[in-house]
Amino acid sequence: MSLKKKAAIVGVYEHPTRFAPSKTTYQIIAESAREALADAGLTIKDVDGLFNAGGGGLIGSLALADYLNLNPSYTDTTNYGGSSFVGHCAHAAAAIAAGLCNVALICYSATPVSTPMAGIGGGGGGGMVGDPSVPFEQPYGPTIINGYAMTAQLHMHEYGTTSEQLAEIAVTTRLHASLNPNAKYRDLITVEDVLKSRVISTPLHLLDCCVVSDGGGAVVMTSAERARDLRKKPIYVLGSGEAMRHAAAGHRDLLDIATNDSARQVYQRTGLTPKDIDMAMIYDSFTITVLMQLEALGFCKRGEGGAWVSGGRLRYDGEFPLNTDGGGLSSNHPGMRGIFLLIEATRQLRGEGGPRQAKKPLRTAIASGIGGILGYRHAAATVILSNE
Amino acid sequence: MAEEKDKKAYQKPLPSWDEESRPFWEATKRHELYVQRCRDCGFVQFQPRAVCVGCLSPNVQWVRSGGRGKIYTFTVTHQNPVRGFRESLPYVVAHVELEEGVKLLTNIVDCKPEEVKIGMPVEVVFADVTPEVTLVHFRPAR
Repeated sequence: MSLKKKAAIVGVYEHPTRFAPSKTTYQIIAESAREALADAGLTIKDVDGLFNAGGGGLIGSLALADYLNLNPSYTDTTNYGGSSFVGHCAHAAAAIAAGLCNVALICYSATPVSTPMAGIGGGGGGGMVGDPSVPFEQPYGPTIINGYAMTAQLHMHEYGTTSEQLAEIAVTTRLHASLNPNAKYRDLITVEDVLKSRVISTPLHLLDCCVVSDGGGAVVMTSAERARDLRKKPIYVLGSGEAMRHAAAGHRDLLDIATNDSARQVYQRTGLTPKDIDMAMIYDSFTITVLMQLEALGFCKRGEGGAWVSGGRLRYDGEFPLNTDGGGLSSNHPGMRGIFLLIEATRQLRGEGGPRQAKKPLRTAIASGIGGILGYRHAAATVILSNE
Repeated sequence: MAEEKDKKAYQKPLPSWDEESRPFWEATKRHELYVQRCRDCGFVQFQPRAVCVGCLSPNVQWVRSGGRGKIYTFTVTHQNPVRGFRESLPYVVAHVELEEGVKLLTNIVDCKPEEVKIGMPVEVVFADVTPEVTLVHFRPAR
């Protein structure tokens, strides 16, 4: 069964906060749910599907359903890191198509700035305390950043990718953040600024890394049929893909990222090719994360991403707008920002981007995330969305 | 390194082990490195498990590694707030590919961080970080 146009995103809301010392994550979720449902023209009473990535309590969705006073008939607490919410979008479309729920609420919040270390796992290498891999990695000092850094180092070694090319991604993303009043960092930067920022883990500099912010958001989905009667233009899910990579029992290939599989799935399931995609929301935990996903999604050949991202191509007014909200690199990153990929793709496909609206006409957007850590273990989730 | 001067002061995280991994850590204490090979399908695996994850056979054999390999990739880490590591900055984390065909995470020691290169031949060096625990490090092959 194809998921093509069976379900649609009908309401979105990105919480504007970047620092919320006086709010709980539950409050941020509730505020986001209220606004996303209002955006759709629905109410909390309509929600019968609850999708979140756990967090807060130990019992997945139960604590959140309790707080929101929801009695959902369908819940999904898939958590494979920041890309989870893109997976939730796919899972919600499947659940709606199968009749398991009618109105799905996907939601997220975290406050790592005002509550340091909240929700951060202990493993360092993308493993949690107790995971079987942890004793073989944690004693050697894995960090989130050094996993991505080892992947970047290998990409540079194999393909000649340069720090200047990676910096182009950070520079373009900051330009987009400068057009987003809610973005955490809005002052324009140059390639030289990125290269002169301190090295965190070779070859990645501070400005190759995402920001840390508080935040949250919500996405409301329903059937294509019901979506037609709601407030906003439906943004249809055309198809999805999901995949994982890990230590492979000692046989890992860091250049073969999970997005290679999620991309193949999404194109096969939609009948589309990279040429059919008008813009992209790509998880930007680090500059290298974007570069390797763009290659895996087929917008350029593997190893040619460095040259491809240069020259302004990715600007909101360029030929292939990317991360028009300012991304994790400049706007917000509470730890798992995949939900914002869906939210900004929806705003762009609706034409609600304001000053940062893509200049070219948009029919399709791809939202693709990497959760976990390139270099240790990670999960890719990809969806293609369309406004027609 | 600091921990070799004063073993009681060792502050980095230590591995815990269970019945699946105990023989591995007992071997590192003897300064021996082991990987596993499946007697049924021949799959070589690391980290150690009670079953082969090539075919789920229980007939997994411990195979002593020659301790030689090359650097698959690495990074010089300049920031890590975790106690023990923050005092050791910068340090080198690497995936090393053993001659037996599996990769493992480790630290590259006994050389300057700026001298580490992808593809560099390395050899195992056992670090007795506490009386109970010996970690597996690598240094440039001699």
